[in-house]
Amino acid sequence: VEEVLAAAEGLEAERQRSITVEKELELEFDLGNLLALDRNPPPAAGLRGAGPQREALLRALARDNTQLLVARLWELPAERAGGAGGPLVARLPEPAFRLPREKPPPKPRPPTRWEQFARLKGIRRRKRTSLVWDEQAKEWRRRWGYRRAGGDPARAWLAEVPEGADPEEDQFARLRREKRERVARNELNRLRNLARAHRAGSAVPAAPLHPTGHQSREELSRVARVARVSTASLGRFQPRLPKESAEPPSRSGGKKRRFEPLLGNLVAERSRQLELLRNMSSKKPVLDITRAVNKQLRQEEAEAAAAKGKKQSQRGKRGRRQ
Amino acid sequence: MDALDRVVKPKTKRAKRFLEKREPKLKENTKNAMLIKGGNANLTVTEVLKDIYAVKKPFAVLYKKKNITRPFEDQTSLEFFSKKSDCSLFLFGSHNKKRPNNLIIGRMFDYHVLDMIELGVEKFVSLKDVKNSKCPEGTKPMLIFAGDMFEVNEEYRRLKSLLIDFFRGPSVPSIRLAGLEYVLHFTAVDGKIYMRSYKVLLKKSGCKIPRIELEEMGPSLDLVMRRTHLASDDLYKLSLKQPKALKPKKKKNISHDVFGTTYGRIHMQKQDLGKLQTRKMKGLRKRPAEKLAEGGGVSPKKSKSA
Repeated sequence: VEEVLAAAEGLEAERQRSITVEKELELEFDLGNLLALDRNPPPAAGLRGAGPQREALLRALARDNTQLLVARLWELPAERAGGAGGPLVARLPEPAFRLPREKPPPKPRPPTRWEQFARLKGIRRRKRTSLVWDEQAKEWRRRWGYRRAGGDPARAWLAEVPEGADPEEDQFARLRREKRERVARNELNRLRNLARAHRAGSAVPAAPLHPTGHQSREELSRVARVARVSTASLGRFQPRLPKESAEPPSRSGGKKRRFEPLLGNLVAERSRQLELLRNMSSKKPVLDITRAVNKQLRQEEAEAAAAKGKKQSQRGKRGRRQ
Repeated sequence: MDALDRVVKPKTKRAKRFLEKREPKLKENTKNAMLIKGGNANLTVTEVLKDIYAVKKPFAVLYKKKNITRPFEDQTSLEFFSKKSDCSLFLFGSHNKKRPNNLIIGRMFDYHVLDMIELGVEKFVSLKDVKNSKCPEGTKPMLIFAGDMFEVNEEYRRLKSLLIDFFRGPSVPSIRLAGLEYVLHFTAVDGKIYMRSYKVLLKKSGCKIPRIELEEMGPSLDLVMRRTHLASDDLYKLSLKQPKALKPKKKKNISHDVFGTTYGRIHMQKQDLGKLQTRKMKGLRKRPAEKLAEGGGVSPKKSKSA
């Protein structure tokens, strides 16, 4: 009996000991990735021998490391998922090991033309109700769509001739045509905004002119400018179109950086000097009050809009722009 | 390739969802791996690819046909495959006399090759050869790296990062403790890397933490590092950059110290100290010695004798 008891006790003691593992250097853990890094140099001598001895050594090493990792995982705050009877689930922390991303982080979409204008003027989105009161039907109807508030536009049997219009003209055809034009213009602007966003995103450097169609005004003017300057004399003797500016804008700057030749146009010089004298002696104030006030007002408007926008977003509302 | 660069406008909702899955996001998808055979892949290498596919299912794509390319010379076909199948990890297997049983493991950033490391397989034991019970498909493995070489040597450090990336699996917020069944153990010794996979058996022990017993299972590889093609430092740093929106928001007025104590800060208005109620604070009461000094006539307490 004593032998049996002693054997049982030995087994128990072994079990108690068996969870602890001795290591020279502590392991580094990244529990978010279920990762453990062991810096201890493995016993090189034992591993050099081939065959089952190496496997046994590797397995023992693996068992020790896994024991330490599992001990750490079991220490995490755990809860029972799905009620009292569900499996025990541990909440993992965020993965700490820095791994490279798959793709670069997304860039925010550039604002459309309307969005830029609205930001400048301080125009904000007004939330509209989805239902509108219809007097005729005496109930709440949708603003647009199936059974809208103003009645079905396709069934409209009356189209008034506006005051300045031609009495022979077909008003229904005119309304249809205008709707088609509006839709087409809207679609064109949407595609232009998309193209602008796509171009901004991919940052294509000044590409040569698109072969056919799709040539925008800016692209054409840019290419024309570049083509003019790419002659041997840098575009000084190129013939000009009748409506084009007489002199190309100098490379060295704009209005304030342009320097006329010393002994050139005598008439122009004389008139300029007289103009200057006249301005100096006149009693008219140099500052144009109305223009200055308008500029100031516009600036204040923009600032107020920006401040209100910031306050709104601070209060917790997310920016409307998605 | 030009065909893949052209912007495709989706015509159906399904196509739109497909494209949205592939575009860059704040929080990224789990990385997919593509397993490719080279022009002259032998049986060993094919078996390795099949086994790793079994481990990495469903986040892997195994290409059946042989592709005659050399990744170290020309990376365009790899990049084309990556763009087509939206995979950012790859494993390319080939065999020739100079480099027998060759495996090139690598990853992409923005569909261009970031890192590539060539490993030679010296010994391989397949899933089929080990006649033990296997764990279910798609289990998140525990990863253990043993050996100081993984810290000291720059190439080994990149290899460690690559292997973690490869075998990590999806990132989960919580994990079932009883389901920790699979462990991949990498040992770097003597210029060789031993990769072993074990099934974990949790045995009862005296206290809460179970005792671990390991059972050999699954592919085991003896690898030797050959050539490497690592990304330059600045490209690597660029790929590591995380957008600021992912950083956890700091709560104001709460701080932690080294020992784990949480401190809070309360901002109060200025208190009128004249109106403080001191009679109820024991610590502010006058001590007997002070009372003596104040009122000299009052005699001290007579000591009572029993």
